[in-house]
Amino acid sequence: MTRAEDQSPLLEIDNLVVEFGRVGSVRRVVDGVSLQLAAGETLGIVGESGCGKSILSLSVLGLLPSGARVAGGQIRLAGESLTGLSERSLRQIRGNEISMVFQEPMTALNPVIAIGEQIAEVFRTHQNAPRKAARLLAVEALRAVGVGSPETRVRNYPAQLSGGMRQRVMIAMALACRPKVLIADEPTTALDVTIQAQILELFRELRQEFNTSVLFISHDLGVIAEVADRVAVLYCGVVVEEALTADLFDNPRHPYSRGLLAALPQPDAEEVPEQLFEITGTVPAPDALPDGCRFNPRCPLATDRCRSEAPPFLTVGPAHRVACWEAGHGQ
Amino acid sequence: MLRYILTRLGHTVLVIFGISIVSFIFLHLSGDPVGLILPQDATLEQIAALRKKMLLDDPIYLQYFRFLTSALQGDLGRSIYSHQPVVGMILERMPATLELAFAALAIALAVAIPAGVLSAVKRGTWIDTISMSLALIGLSMPHFWLGIMFIMVFSVQLGWLPTSGRGTFLQLIMPSLALGVSLIALFARLTRSAMLEVLGQDYVRTARAKGLSDFSVIGKHALRNALIPLVTVIGMEFGFLLGGAVIIETVFAWPGVGRLIVQSILDRDYPVVQAAVMMLAIVFVTVNFVVDLLYVWLDPNINIDGSAA
Ligand SMILES: Nc1ncnc2c1ncn2[C@@H]1O[C@H](COP(=O)(O)OP(=O)(O)O)[C@@H](O)[C@H]1O
Ligand SMILES: [Mg+2]
Repeated sequence: MTRAEDQSPLLEIDNLVVEFGRVGSVRRVVDGVSLQLAAGETLGIVGESGCGKSILSLSVLGLLPSGARVAGGQIRLAGESLTGLSERSLRQIRGNEISMVFQEPMTALNPVIAIGEQIAEVFRTHQNAPRKAARLLAVEALRAVGVGSPETRVRNYPAQLSGGMRQRVMIAMALACRPKVLIADEPTTALDVTIQAQILELFRELRQEFNTSVLFISHDLGVIAEVADRVAVLYCGVVVEEALTADLFDNPRHPYSRGLLAALPQPDAEEVPEQLFEITGTVPAPDALPDGCRFNPRCPLATDRCRSEAPPFLTVGPAHRVACWEAGHGQ
Repeated sequence: MLRYILTRLGHTVLVIFGISIVSFIFLHLSGDPVGLILPQDATLEQIAALRKKMLLDDPIYLQYFRFLTSALQGDLGRSIYSHQPVVGMILERMPATLELAFAALAIALAVAIPAGVLSAVKRGTWIDTISMSLALIGLSMPHFWLGIMFIMVFSVQLGWLPTSGRGTFLQLIMPSLALGVSLIALFARLTRSAMLEVLGQDYVRTARAKGLSDFSVIGKHALRNALIPLVTVIGMEFGFLLGGAVIIETVFAWPGVGRLIVQSILDRDYPVVQAAVMMLAIVFVTVNFVVDLLYVWLDPNINIDGSAA
């Protein structure tokens, strides 16, 4: 599980800043995020809705919505910077070396193009596959993600498929060119529980088979626990805690992480660790962030220092770091 | 899919049937044909004899039934003046009108779709501003006025294009352009707003995330979705084209059905007018049927249960 430690990172996000708006009304939605993803590793990113998870993931491939821009920092793939690349060079990476799977499989697939064609065009674009070969590759890609009778399925349109099936198509499309990195932004959030479990199982299988590195994003720690080797907890555009998944669950340091854990259904009531508690309130808007630690208005441990000074990101254990004034003392 | 096509075909037949009833009623309301055929000083006996001969004293449903049976056999009466069968007169001129209408439609689509797409993609830039301003101007110019302006500039002043007639490609340019300009404007605005909506959709982001070229993202993934609302309007606007052709054909002495209608109105040759209008209506309905078929091709989700998903 500690592959992350003994390899240089494949994907490296270094002090990334993403902003919306013009001078005078700038909103920083990602504020100095640094993350490393090792080859073959699955890194979970967790945080409530609005924390900046999607914006962070879109910035990797230069797919930010209009109005947003990378205002600082670096993103590197195998040591090569992606942040300064031209659209043209980025296009050769998108869907080829780094792929994305999105939350809404209903709207993320084109409703008027057959799914086989939607997969096949990836092969044509990146591998120069001729039409017929690309069609056959699309069939195989569907088979690889567990879609039954893929030969006939390729002619289907998204509306003819169930939600889980559509997400399999999205995953087939993303994995078509065997990317080094797969970014999955809430890939199971729109699915019901049984389908969600199947898709998570698929992620685990595919990882074993292709050794793809995965950036797995979810607001649900329970989902993250199923797939991630390591977890980064994001709050208001800042990483507040980073740890191996098991460590985070056994020994969460940041009050926000503890709050997220407390929100999970507890299988065995007697084992609820006492340091867990419910988080109250909501995520502040990016243009109304509090001074000091961004979590302080919602934090039961907040002190005067928390309200005036942002805490540094400190190492508290092997591969375990946290940004909290109180976390070090709590243990 | 077959069900959808059959349903649309059923609608089309029903509408044509409706057109026949309306036509018949108008024919009836337009006055007693006997009065038009016989000279002013005809005696009452002569009138009564002709009425009897033309079976005008039969009950109205019987007359409609006769009208329908002969219409189905391609007989819509004869011109009061030339005594030629009107269907022949109209069919002879129909190709010219269709040529004009389709040329105008083709020009409109060929200019409007790229302009609308470009405006949407370059939203807020000077390209967008200029093309949408041009569209607004185009929309506000009546086509007969535009036709006259074209003649004055390109024929009279510059001597580049012939003022009238049909037969050569050069003769087609001005009438089809005059007829198509307001449609260019309308379609361009429509394409732009449909594209703007589509460009914000998740599947466009997916297409980008796959590393597809801009050409493929915009021209394939976005445009195919944006064309769906456009196609609906094309069917509707074909009626506008046929109506416009009546005026444009007169301005450019284009030998089509429109010009025949205007001439026949002036001559009070009602059977010709009535039959021509009816046949244009049938053309309109048929074009709309074809448009419905185009829909199936553009929006496969219609196939599933006969209605849009
Ligand atoms: N297109 C956009 N325009 C303006 N603000 C946006 C846009 N997309 C996201 N944001 C803002 O950026 C912040 C982070 O959003 P997002 O990354 O979508 O959060 P998450 O994925 O964690 O739910 C939010 O405050 C959101 O309001
Ligand atoms: Mg999100």
